[in-house]
Amino acid sequence: MKPAYQKYFRDNLPHIWCAGCGNGIVMSAWARAVDELGLDKNNMIGVSGIGCSSRITGYLDLHTLHTAHGRALPFATGAKMARPDMDVFVFSGDGDCSAIGGNHFIHACRRNINMTLIVINNNIYGMTGGQFSPLTPFGKKATTAPYGSIDRSFNLCDLAIGAGASFVARGDIFHAKQLTDLIKAGYQHKGFSVIEVIAACPISYGRRNGIPNPADMMQYIKEHTVMKAAAEKMSAEELADKHIIGVLQEINEAPEYCESYAALCERVQGGTK
Amino acid sequence: MAKKSFDVQVIAKLCKACGICVSLCPKNVFDRAADGKAVVSRPEECIGCVSCELHCPDFCVEVMEKEAE
Ligand SMILES: Cc1ncc(C[n+]2csc(CCOP(=O)(O)OP(=O)(O)O)c2C)c(N)n1
Ligand code: SF4
Ligand code: SF4
Ligand code: SF4
Repeated sequence: MKPAYQKYFRDNLPHIWCAGCGNGIVMSAWARAVDELGLDKNNMIGVSGIGCSSRITGYLDLHTLHTAHGRALPFATGAKMARPDMDVFVFSGDGDCSAIGGNHFIHACRRNINMTLIVINNNIYGMTGGQFSPLTPFGKKATTAPYGSIDRSFNLCDLAIGAGASFVARGDIFHAKQLTDLIKAGYQHKGFSVIEVIAACPISYGRRNGIPNPADMMQYIKEHTVMKAAAEKMSAEELADKHIIGVLQEINEAPEYCESYAALCERVQGGTK
Repeated sequence: MAKKSFDVQVIAKLCKACGICVSLCPKNVFDRAADGKAVVSRPEECIGCVSCELHCPDFCVEVMEKEAE
């Protein structure tokens, strides 16, 4: 196995995920990113909620917290407030982040605490067998939408930008090298970074939507993702079923929460200690 | 300049037979065994693009450039 993976993974493989599940591809892209950045795993906290994607923390050899469904961000906020010197990475699923955890998500976006959130968007509740999530596209099938979903889906990155997130990017598991670069850029940004990853759940989503084969699902993602620069030259019609990938928002003026808190402590009581 | 050559390895113990590496490889380096797992059949064709390595969900493909002989 590649040295970067050996360095940041625990010695407990194979993982529990199904054959062809996108979670592993995100996990290795993340490992290459932190390895290229030269980050010390003993100074890193990994936090996740509940779901197949959230099980990622069980395989990472960091300080890890596998928390409650939808609540990864509150736990991570507490960890970062207590130890602003440590690097915090949060892993979440589309259900975990945008359904039960949706309110925590928008408030984390506006609060702008310096950590990196990676949302693995496989369009479905994978772990519980395939109920639709707020990111299931209109018309796609789920156990709870056997004739196709009639709910309009969120655009998670637009939601993050609307809520004030200072760094927002979208990547996908086909463009795996670019995904590593996006994770690096998210880490390097000072403030709250949101990285949505278009991923694959061949079992709970693919099988129900005519793409049960992991290799076909990979092809599907390749054909439905468009680089930001190329998207700017395309019509709304052409972009209707596409995901735009790249850095979608970066603002450096927003105050960072740990710094604001330290400044407040300094002002009212002469320092945090 | 001599053509670069690569060593391609699959950790069979970790392979879950998803077929992603087999389908993405532009040089048809892999075959599938009876159980569907990836086997390296034509390593001499490998161009070192590492697409297989980047996309294996189970971290079990590794591509290494061989020292020039
Ligand atoms: C409070 C609570 N409600 C519901 C559940 C059941 N549950 C477990 S995982 C999950 C959805 C996971 O979906 P997602 O976050 O998209 O992750 P995936 O499994 O697709 O990676 C649900 C509803 C739970 N564990 N806790
Ligand atoms: S159910 Fe879907 S998300 Fe869960 S491990 Fe299987 S493929 Fe991955
Ligand atoms: S590195 Fe590229 S050419 Fe070589 S085996 Fe992998 S996918 Fe095929
Ligand atoms: S991508 Fe990995 S798990 Fe899938 S067939 Fe190839 S070696 Fe096996």
